[in-house]
Amino acid sequence: MSLELLRADNLVKQFDRVNAVDGVSFSVQRGEVFGLLGPNGAGKTTTINLLTGLARISSGSVFLEGQEYSSRPKVAQAVMGVVPDESNLYEDLDGFDNLSFCAALYGMERCRREQRAKELLELFGLTQAGRRPFKSFSKGMKRKLTIAAGIIHTPKILFLDEPTTGIDVMSARQIRTLIQELNRSGTTIFLTTHYIEEAERLCHRIAFIVSGKIIRIGSLEKLMQEQQQDTVLQMTVAETRPELLLFLRQRFPLYSIQHTDERSLRVSSNSAIALLPLLSLLADAGVSVTEARLIKPSLEEVFVRVTGIESELMRQEREGKKK
Amino acid sequence: MSRWIAFWNILRKDIKTYYLKPPNISWGLIFPFAWMLMFYIRSKTSFDIRDLLPGVVSMSILFGTTSMLAVTITFERRSRSFERLLLAPISTNLLMLAKTGGAILFGMLNAFVPIVVAFFMADLSGILWPAVIGSVLLIAATSTFLGLFISVAVHEVFEAQTFSNFFRFPMLFLCGLFIPIGSLPVFLRPLSYILPLTYGADILKTAINQEGTLPLWMSFPVLLFFAVSLFLYSLRNIKRKWVL
Repeated sequence: MSLELLRADNLVKQFDRVNAVDGVSFSVQRGEVFGLLGPNGAGKTTTINLLTGLARISSGSVFLEGQEYSSRPKVAQAVMGVVPDESNLYEDLDGFDNLSFCAALYGMERCRREQRAKELLELFGLTQAGRRPFKSFSKGMKRKLTIAAGIIHTPKILFLDEPTTGIDVMSARQIRTLIQELNRSGTTIFLTTHYIEEAERLCHRIAFIVSGKIIRIGSLEKLMQEQQQDTVLQMTVAETRPELLLFLRQRFPLYSIQHTDERSLRVSSNSAIALLPLLSLLADAGVSVTEARLIKPSLEEVFVRVTGIESELMRQEREGKKK
Repeated sequence: MSRWIAFWNILRKDIKTYYLKPPNISWGLIFPFAWMLMFYIRSKTSFDIRDLLPGVVSMSILFGTTSMLAVTITFERRSRSFERLLLAPISTNLLMLAKTGGAILFGMLNAFVPIVVAFFMADLSGILWPAVIGSVLLIAATSTFLGLFISVAVHEVFEAQTFSNFFRFPMLFLCGLFIPIGSLPVFLRPLSYILPLTYGADILKTAINQEGTLPLWMSFPVLLFFAVSLFLYSLRNIKRKWVL
């Protein structure tokens, strides 16, 4: 049995002469969590729609277990589970009936689907709420039930579109744990996310997607390795001034210097960082440094460097999406 | 087998969540009663409920199905639960048959409310029941598929309702139920003959009161043609517009 479960070859999706997905190619291995990381409008949801048959491919091919399926997506849909970025179950049905209905869509017999619905309600900690209408569920519970509906027919691959966007921290944490458990039990997962930390925590391999193009793809280790030669210095300062960053950049043009928050500065360089001149300059400018430490580069830095998109922008976008 | 499990469950879910809700049941009961009462009050001479049946049955079906299907499908598309159905491993044809099946059944049930009432109030002997049942089924199917056609054309629930009225009311006044087609202005008569309800109402008139103007052998195939054409045209639009 081949390790490769899903493959996309040069996928293109055009809307009104604009390529929403522009020559995307990747493969997903059995048993892995594959992440598509990118900002809003990068083409993540469109890619999922192309892979799951919800959108028509303009050009390119998609393969499941070596079989091209774009012309007959119904065959592939039988072994796919899809969890959209918004919970889309039936508001008037209760949790149990929603799951049972979703199982029926895959042709499961009544006793089997009821058994499976019970199992999943228990697995997702929703047994108590199982007989309540879906509309009475909290956002986190809704998302959990939507994931349960996505795996009701035990799919070979589960597509999760922004699984934790717009839900509270506690529920997001529970959902991440559930995703890890699902993956450990053998489900291959294709995940899109805004959250760099989520991709870092959950995914075995990650693809960065920007403006419909995949610009980097690889395992977490491989992506990080590319930045290993960089030296990163994190400094905590008592206060910062707007002109400080400009001043430092002028004086140290070989370093990349950024604010990570109001009281932190991050200095990166592909060679060793001379600490003394930096500290002296800050002292002369009246800025006291309370802490300075060398850190390992994070996926966030890799993302920022590779895509040119500031992580702050991603954060603002997802805050906007939450609202 | 698995496809039929999906088909049956979609149909059952729709009946349970949309059609068997108290507002719809009360609508299905009150609407025919209201029409019958209106005709009864308007009638100054002796009143035969049989005369009213073709009109009330046709209107009950038309109003019970067209907007119901258009609204439920538009609502499901807005809430994105329709995506779940599009992602299921069943063909779009079967899926849409399941979605429309509930509305067709609901329309047929609506149609039999005035018939049951009439059963207690008048002598219903001599009615051609196979023709009545056949026309009720075909009017329900045609009106439902008209609702499907509307649901493909709109994005919002309120648009579905407005658009439904755009078709329903002209159809009601031009189909010969209120004004005989022969009494309509000449330029409107061709319009009457391109409306499916004209043929359905005429079958009912023939089957109940022997007052129809068109032969049954012609009305049935024409109505069937309307039903099949509307369904196929809507399916084509669904595949083109909903799977982008």
